[in-house]
Amino acid sequence: MAASSREHVLSLYRLLLKESKKFPSYNYRTYALRRVRDAFRENRTVEDPKVVEGLLNRARDSLALIQRQVSIGKMYEVQKTVIEQEEKKSD
Amino acid sequence: MNRTLSRKLLGSMCGISSPRLSFAQSAVNTVQRQKELIKSRELEKDELRPLYMDFQATTPMDPRVLDAMLPYQVNYYGNPHSRTHAYGWESESAMEKARKQVADLIGADPREIVFTSGATESNNMSIKGVARFYKAKKNHIITTQTEHKCVLDSCRILEAEGFDITYLPVRNNGLIDLKQLEETIRPDSSLVSIMTVNNEIGVKQPIKEIGQLCRSKNVFFHTDAAQAVGKIPINVSDWKVDLMSISGHKIYGPKGVGALYVRRRPRVRIEPLQNGGGQERGLRSGTVPTPLVVGLGAACEIAQQELEYDHKRVTVLANRLVQKMMSEIPDVVMNGDPDQRYPGCVNLSFAYVEGESLLMALKDVALSSGSACTSASLEPSYVLRAIGADEDLAHSSIRFGIGRFTTEEEVDYTVEKCIQQVKRLREMSPLWEMVQEGIDLKSIKWTQH
Repeated sequence: MAASSREHVLSLYRLLLKESKKFPSYNYRTYALRRVRDAFRENRTVEDPKVVEGLLNRARDSLALIQRQVSIGKMYEVQKTVIEQEEKKSD
Repeated sequence: MNRTLSRKLLGSMCGISSPRLSFAQSAVNTVQRQKELIKSRELEKDELRPLYMDFQATTPMDPRVLDAMLPYQVNYYGNPHSRTHAYGWESESAMEKARKQVADLIGADPREIVFTSGATESNNMSIKGVARFYKAKKNHIITTQTEHKCVLDSCRILEAEGFDITYLPVRNNGLIDLKQLEETIRPDSSLVSIMTVNNEIGVKQPIKEIGQLCRSKNVFFHTDAAQAVGKIPINVSDWKVDLMSISGHKIYGPKGVGALYVRRRPRVRIEPLQNGGGQERGLRSGTVPTPLVVGLGAACEIAQQELEYDHKRVTVLANRLVQKMMSEIPDVVMNGDPDQRYPGCVNLSFAYVEGESLLMALKDVALSSGSACTSASLEPSYVLRAIGADEDLAHSSIRFGIGRFTTEEEVDYTVEKCIQQVKRLREMSPLWEMVQEGIDLKSIKWTQH
């Protein structure tokens, strides 16, 4: 039971990060990645199954939200910000 | 090029503090031309966008807020005051949900929240509303010299109507003197209006103590909390605040919406500014814009959830910015109290550098020198003047805004570019040359040639 739920959490986590990377806006993209990581890290030690279920539901809702907002961002895309050029240079 | 620019800088640096009018006029012309250079340019097609570091002017909408608003822009378009069909009922239910979200953030009851078009309208409503309602017995209003323009302008209008206004000075750190406030309150004072967090220098006033004082003296207390809501913990009962202005677009919500908290126990009566169908308890008639208030409500709920996380991050980033800046270049002054402040609003003065020139040089970063609503005028900010900043330093100030979406890379880039440009501009400045040689600028007698 615990093993499959851990897999479940990890797959949700990976999905959230994968979707967040698609944000065209630098600020939204970095925020989503950061916030998802920090939220999962913060709740790493939660045991109570009810709380875990609640958190996972929130995660699923966030995933859908991110997907919608990524689409909107792509529809109204603009030029990149100065810092993204800098990131490319350093990579 | 070097010589002319340095002469222009010299002119604008000392011309304005010199009593010689024509010299000052040419300096003013120079700054005006430079300002026009900044004003007129929109970005080219493939030009990269600057970094956004002006979070006090406005904030980008949080994607979660937009997501909450869109259904009400597309399908749930009913008028919340329509009582006879589902479109109205669902719109009203969304409006009431938003009301609760706003109320929860500040520790109020939902019935005490009135939706407005923004903090400017809320400020107008509270100040003019309270003053005019209690006009018969009370004629005196107290505010500070560092308030937002809408508060100062409302007070000016009231003065023309025959009210007596006291504009309290602030100390050098931007905070008011509680003793002085106590002495200023009279039996015929109806309202004290003092903003929670200043939008130019980020200073946080002792609201709890002021509230206590006003309650003990039976005076209503209004605070413009536009820059504070969702950024620091607020509880209107703890603070004994009677009226509070809230702005949507300062907390990652939509522009064009705000709220006013109006206490019910003890009751605060205000004369409405906008009359009509009696919406919002008769205090603000007009159809409540459901999509906008849904956005405001969502923004408030998110702010409440993220308050601690955001505050921690913003503090770290702000400290990083200030430490780096002050360790690499000398003669940088932070305006406003270093402790009693909201960390995300950093106002720095770079001596011997003209503020507008620095802004022009930092074209990759969106910054401001002073508040957006006063940037059209050539005067240095009245807030900086009120805290007693040197005339020259007031002209050299830049406001750095850090928010929820600011990254460490953005802060590092801004600091690096800023240090680079300050060093370059100082190299060109004859004043800096003189200071390096050990000349005391205050002792110089300037003459015109």
